[in-house]
Order: sequence, then C-alpha cells, then structure tokens
Amino acid sequence: MAKKPNKKTEVETTGHEWDGIQEYNNPLPRWWLWTFYACIAWGLWYVIAYPAWPMIEGATAGYKGWSTRANVAVELAEAEAANAEINAKLAAVELASISETPELQAYATSAGSAVFKTWCAQCHGSGAAGAKGYPNLLDNDWLWGGSIDDIHTTISHGIRNEVDDDARFSEMPAFGEILETPQIDQVANYVMSLSGAPQDASLVAEGETVFMDNCAACHGEQAQGDIYQGAPNLTDAIWLYGGDFATIKETVTNSRYGVMPPWNTRLSEAEVRAVAIYVHQLGGGE
Amino acid sequence: MAILDKHAILEKNVTLLAVFAFLVVTIGGIVQIAPLFWLENTIEDVEGMRPYSPLELTGRDIYVREGCYVCHSQMIRPMRDEVECYGHYSLAAESKYDHPFQWGSKRTGPDLARVGGRYSDEWHVDHLRDPQSVVPESVMPKYGFLENRMVDPEHIEDLLKTHQLVGVPYSDEMVENAKADFKVQVDPFGDTDGLMERYPNAQVRNFDGQAGISEADALIAYLQMLGTLVDFSTFTPVASR
Repeated sequence: MAKKPNKKTEVETTGHEWDGIQEYNNPLPRWWLWTFYACIAWGLWYVIAYPAWPMIEGATAGYKGWSTRANVAVELAEAEAANAEINAKLAAVELASISETPELQAYATSAGSAVFKTWCAQCHGSGAAGAKGYPNLLDNDWLWGGSIDDIHTTISHGIRNEVDDDARFSEMPAFGEILETPQIDQVANYVMSLSGAPQDASLVAEGETVFMDNCAACHGEQAQGDIYQGAPNLTDAIWLYGGDFATIKETVTNSRYGVMPPWNTRLSEAEVRAVAIYVHQLGGGE
Repeated sequence: MAILDKHAILEKNVTLLAVFAFLVVTIGGIVQIAPLFWLENTIEDVEGMRPYSPLELTGRDIYVREGCYVCHSQMIRPMRDEVECYGHYSLAAESKYDHPFQWGSKRTGPDLARVGGRYSDEWHVDHLRDPQSVVPESVMPKYGFLENRMVDPEHIEDLLKTHQLVGVPYSDEMVENAKADFKVQVDPFGDTDGLMERYPNAQVRNFDGQAGISEADALIAYLQMLGTLVDFSTFTPVASR
C-alpha cells in the first residue's frame, strides 16, 4: 500500500463504503461556493428588479419598470428626433430643385439607399437593375415618367394595386380575345421590326395596320409609348418581359398587369422622398 | 440539520419519493402553466383580428406542410432594427388563431409576419417558381409545383371544425359556407358579400393568375393576408408589457 499524505488522512470520510472504497468529505472549493451564493443573491435581485412572477392579473413588473416595448419606442423616437430637422426640410422641399441644396440631396441619397435596400431590392434588385417583369431603374426608359415628382408619385401610390385609390392605373386588353392569331403574329413582327429585326419580315406591313388600329391609341402612332398611361415605348429595344417573338406574342395575347404596392402606408413622407431622389440619381432620371 | 437527515427517509422509500416528486412537479406546473389561462395581459385586445378564411387556412396548411417555418419566422421582435426592417412588432393577438403558431426560431429567409401586401401576387408566383430570378442571392428551393397541384376543398368544413375544437371562433355559419367561401376568394367576379362579411378585409383575386384553385393560390392568399389584419390606428401599446 502506498503511503497517503497526512493531510488527507485527517479529512473525515462520508461514512459510505463500497467494497472497501471510502469517500472523503472534503469541503467545496471556496471560490465555487461563493459564486454559488452570489448566483442565488443575483437571482433574488433579478426577480425583484425585472418582470418575473406571473400573478393573477399580470406578471410582477419589477422595480426597474423595464419593458421591451417601451424601450423600442424610446429608441425609435430617439432615431426620429435625431433626423427630425433634416427630414422636415426634406418633406417640405421642392423635389424638382433638390440639386440646389446639396446637403439635403446627399442626405436623401444615402437615406434613400437604405430604404431601397430594405423595401425595393426584392423586386427591382439590390443594384436596381430589375428583373423580368420588374423594371430596370438604371436606364433612361420610364413607364410612368422619370422626373423626381413622377417617381415620387409612383412610389407613394404604387401601380395597379387594390389598396390605394390614387395608384397609377392602366390595363392593356388581352388581345387574344380581340384579334385572330395571324393578326397577333403580324403585329408581333411589326413591334419587333421597330427596334430590330422581325422574325418574319413579310408580316410587318400587315402588322403595321393591326398596330395602328389596335395599339396606337395607347402606345402612339410612332410607338413611342405614353407615360400618362404607363404604355411602354416599343422602339427602344428595352423590354420588361422580353423582346423575342414568343414573349411579345404572349404579351399581346394575354396582356401584362404588373403591380406595385403603395409605400406611403409603410414609409414616412421623408422616406418616400428620399428613395425617389435615390432612384432618380441612379442614372436614368429625367 | 435535522430536516436534511429526514431526507434519508424519502431516499429509502420509493413510493414516498414518487408521491413527493409528484407534489413538487404539481406545484411547478401550477406556477408555470396555470396563470396562462387567466393572465389578462398576455393577449391584448386588438381591432381587426379574425379567424383565417378557408382559402387562407388551406394556404397555411401548405405553409406548414412545406416546412416554411424552418427558414422563415413570423415574429417581429420589439427591437429597433426589426421594426424598421419589417414593420410594427408582432402582437400576441396576431397569432392567437394559429394552431400551431408559426413564430419560428430561425431566419434563413426573412421574417414573414408582415409580408402581406409587401409584394405583388405576380412577384410571389415568380418567386415561388424560381426564387433566384428575383432575389439572386437567395438559397430558397423552388416551389413551382404548387401551381400545378389543384386543391379540392372536400374536407374544408372538417378543417374549420377542427380549428373550432381547439378554440378558434369559427361560427357554424362559417363552417356551412366554407366551400363557397373557399371558391369565391379566387373569383373577383363572384358574389363575395358573404365572404367579406364573415372575413372582413379578405383579399379576393386570382392569386396565381391561372385558371383553377391551385396550392399556389391558397399559399399566396395566406401570405398576402399575413400581418394585414390588425388595425394599428386603434392600437395603443400598454407600457407594462
């Protein structure tokens, strides 16, 4: 048997014995014991300080009066107060002459960028280049007008939504119910010929007749489009849904009905203006 | 420490131990669970919250079936960044008709508690079909097949009754008209008076733009409703919550 150090033999055992093995009854380490007591004390303090016990009507509120909802309200109010002055200026400024106040323009551009990335990027892309069915905001082609005021109106009220009575609205008929299939082929070829090569050049002349009778009222005799009806310019080779024969034929047959939600319900006037200014300076603003 | 010595009696008598363990668990249960049944302040009274329409409820079932909750939460926490990103923080009342609730615990995708009205129906169709076509950095799988799976509201009354059973206040009238309400919600030219009366603010559209009622119709109807029911103009938060 190895010799045990004296110190250990002086410690009492717990009195338990298993097959000759005994267990020393050493005290817990001091640091552990005091941490343990401190935790108990902290727990008691927490229960008094913060909302904790569910009672009959509601939970105990705690003497510190802590409330997540109150905190977030304070934080939001602070953020709003910090920008209140410049936001008020932004909400009152003449949008068309925003470039005369560079300080306000710089603020609006960076604030608008943040708004855009949160609320607009999902459809128009984080770089604003759009996607099929969602307009590219970088180019110079505007369905509903590209001045800051036009952009502001579009963002505020949206397009063809059911929520906002002032939403921009127009509806292209589904010409599949109006024209015969050969006529649709003809007009699709004519439309293709306006900005490039038609699929079948022999149909273009007849297509022009169909176009003048059915399409020119909105898209214009020159097919330059009309921003007051959101009718796209068909001569610029910029396509929202695609400029190949099959896609144009589908568009003419079934029409398109792109919807944009109104944002004046979710965003403040200053935010709508900021994002309008941001979109306007992306490159294509008129 | 006489009382601690008495503990030995418990340790040596298994029946007694079971009885006392049961007592302890009962007290714990009463303290934790019982107050939930009468705590007045957990679910606040709000204007506008209503049971889901039959089509929305079907869409919700598809949402659950496809496991959308695994990547999407429906719980905007009361923090500044969340409120600025998603809208007003979620209220308990907004999920009171959810069985089970869809708060979720993980956000691989964004929170959906207020996704209603944020995008167009067409966006939802495009996005379900091919999420990367509109959000290139997305890792969401494609759900285009939902458009091709038609929903037959054969068991819709039973579905409403089941929710009735767990406490959702569907009236008998709602159950009776469930099939009609289900069908008319995708028909803008139909007679929607009854639907609108039973389910105020229900949105009536052909959600997926195609003939027939597909699972995509139901799911988009559900998504477009999310977070739009409560009338926040009449809501004043109580500071003690």
